This record gives sequence, structure tokens and C-alpha cells, in this order.
Amino acid sequence: MIAVVDYGIGNIGSVANTINKLGFKFRITGDPEIIGKSKIIILPGVGSAAAGMANLKKLNLAETITDQLRNRKPFLGICLGMQLLFDYSEEGKVECLGFIKGKVLKFKKMKKVPHIGWNRVSFKSNGFKYSQGFKANSYFYFVNSYYCEPADKSIVAGTTDYGESFASVIIRNNLLATQFHPEKSGITGLYLLNNFFKHYL
Amino acid sequence: MITKRIIPCLDMTEGKVVKGIKFEAFRDAGDPVELAEIYDKQGADELVFLDITATVDNRPILLDVVKRTAVKVTIPFSVGGGVRSVDDMRQILINGADKVSVNTGSVRNPELIKKCANTFGSQCVVLSLDAKKVRPKIWNVFIDGGRTDAGLNAIEWAKEAVRIGCGEILLTSIDQDGTKTGFDVELTKIISEAVSVPVIASGGGGKLSDFYDIFSKGKADAALAASLFHFNELTVLQIKDYLEKKGIEVRNET
Repeated sequence: MIAVVDYGIGNIGSVANTINKLGFKFRITGDPEIIGKSKIIILPGVGSAAAGMANLKKLNLAETITDQLRNRKPFLGICLGMQLLFDYSEEGKVECLGFIKGKVLKFKKMKKVPHIGWNRVSFKSNGFKYSQGFKANSYFYFVNSYYCEPADKSIVAGTTDYGESFASVIIRNNLLATQFHPEKSGITGLYLLNNFFKHYL
Repeated sequence: MITKRIIPCLDMTEGKVVKGIKFEAFRDAGDPVELAEIYDKQGADELVFLDITATVDNRPILLDVVKRTAVKVTIPFSVGGGVRSVDDMRQILINGADKVSVNTGSVRNPELIKKCANTFGSQCVVLSLDAKKVRPKIWNVFIDGGRTDAGLNAIEWAKEAVRIGCGEILLTSIDQDGTKTGFDVELTKIISEAVSVPVIASGGGGKLSDFYDIFSKGKADAALAASLFHFNELTVLQIKDYLEKKGIEVRNET
């Protein structure tokens, strides 16, 4: 079972619709026990880092999530769900979960922010694990004003250019985190999700 | 780099897709969910649904269409028409839309943009701005489905809406709508250069070169069209193939 973490933020419906299309079992839940029993955890999210962190804490989910990550539970972080894994976000100057060393920074080189639309992701060799079925420089759908800058560059599995090159995919052990929305990225996104789920289910 | 987007628009009334000229003389163009699926497969980058009579009929948007679309399509879509409150917006998002556009409701009550952006984030608040030229280089905002001059300068309203939290602007030229004689390049360029959020140009796209012009000269981030697609005059793929040959980066891999 896949646990889609419901922390009162973002559009969980579209993640659920996509898992449904792919035919996997899932629960939308904020219950630490169900999250603990799941085979895969998805932390989705759109909206601000400060609101996201506040909600995770309020619902006592921050600790559950970091525990599960430390135990190497297969984990997918999407957009804000990727950014919250880092130490700190410039958005609202907020301390995040601190599971990945590094910061979340605002785009500074482009006039138009948020970065909205389809952009290329160049997968590196460590990203090929989940890239069967699509080209290693395919387009994915982004909506973000901030991007992640991990201290350890070896976990970067894909990069994207928006005035500056940034980490759009991170892979570490059983963790996959994407700055783009695979659930909104057409067939390519479906492939990526299916590859990830099949790897662990 | 980020690609230029091609967005089919589905103007709906009473659950059917319709298309008019200069916001009038509507004709039936089919079932919204079926069309949405077709455009997704053709390589559309996004979809826009507008319930064009929700405001004047004073009724809620067609949530059933939103829900049925959400389970079918694999790309983002926005929904607008008659949105007056944070709760209206919440209902649309819960039913599966990714963004919500506000128009008349936000002109009458600009706080709506601020409240929605604070609640759901700027990324899902789209300002739908219907503009009409009133004097050379002056465009006013029109509301109530293009029926009422709001007495607001379009450029000033665009800047103000961004300041208070909208994350994208869907800019429709009433003068060009349905004419197929080209987008309003002049208006789009002025607005796009005045704001820090993406601008979707709408109204007037008829031939392939119109799309090249609106991106190259009009500085649009995305271009929207409706009847061209509904009546098979051009497909998304044809437009993308053309733009790619002309050196404009588009997502073209379907």
C-alpha cells in the first residue's frame, strides 16, 4: 500500500487520481500508524514551505516522516514535498525537516517567477534507475519559485535549467524527490511513477 | 529552458463546450471531457476550462465536469467562471483542478486574489483579464463575460493583481476573440513586460504564424486557442511542429 501523506496542503487529489490510473493501492492519510505500515510514502505538496512545516508539526507528522526516511522506507517527495526534506528554506525563512543537508533558494536570475510550465530534466546515470520508457532529457511540468541546493552533489539525479541549473531530481537510497510534478507530466510522468512504484511493490 | 505552452481552451455553458465571436454568437462544440482527453493525447501543455455564463447566471461552476476531467487527463488544467470566494476556489481544487482563474469576482473584490493566494498559494491563482481597446494604446478591463466596462486600466490592474498575489495572467483580447486574425501582440507585449508572472495570450489565434508572432513579438509565455482546435482547423501538434522549425522551444515528444 502507498501512503499519500495528507497534511492539509496542496492538491492531493491529482496525486490520488494518478495512482488510480496506474492501478496501485493507496491511502490518503495523516495517521502515523498507517504511514508506518505502508510500503511507499508520498509527500506531495504545493504552497509555501512555512505553511507546510507548520502543518507537519501541528499534525505530529514531522517526526514520523523523518523516522521513516531514516529507516530507508521507499519515499517520494514531490515539489514542496521535496523542499521540506532539506535543512532550511528561504521561503518564509523556515527550518525544515533536515533530512537532506542543504538549502532551498529563490530563483534570482529570471524575471518571471514562479517557474511555470514544461522544462527539460537531464537525468544523470544515477537517475536511470527509474527512467525506463522515456528519454533521459524529457520534459516535465514545473510550478516553483524556489529550488533545492543539496550540499552533497552526488545525490543529484537530474538537473533543469531556469537561468541557473538546479537539482530537479534527487535520489538517495530509497528516496526519490522531484521538483516537478510527475502526476501532471503526461505519459512521461506516468512512466516515472510506475517505474518507482514497481521497484518497491 | 522552459518551453512555450500551447493551451486549448474549453468555454462551457450548461455542461457543453461552446465557441463564440467577440464573446457572442455561441455555437456547440461538444463534450468537455472528451475534448480534454483528445487534447491531452495531442500534446497540449495544459487545459483551460471557463464556465462563461456562471457569473451572469449567478450559479456555481460545473464541478461535475471538473471531477470527470481530473480522472482522465494527465496534464494540468485550470478552471474559472463565477468564482467569488475562497470556498468557491476550494471546491474547484478539491474536485481536481490545479489552478483556478478569477475574473469579475476579483475586480469587484480584489481581496479575493489575496485571500486565495494566501490560502492555496499564488501558483494556483490565475487572473483572467478580458481587455478591450478604448483609445490608442489604452485598454480597459471588461467584466461579466465582456458585458461591462469596469473602468480600470488593463495594465494597471494586471500589475496590481500580481502585487496582491496572482501567479499567472490569462489575457484575453475581446477585440480579437474569435476573429482568427491574430493575437493582440501589442497588448500582450505591454502586459507581459510589465509583470513578473507568466502571461497566457488569448483571442485571435487563427493561423500558424499567429502563434510564432505572439511568442516572438508579443513576449507571451503561453498561447491559448479554442475553436481552432474544436473544429480541427489546426492541431496542437501542427502548431508545435511549426514553432519548433521556427526555433521556438516547445514540448514536442508525443
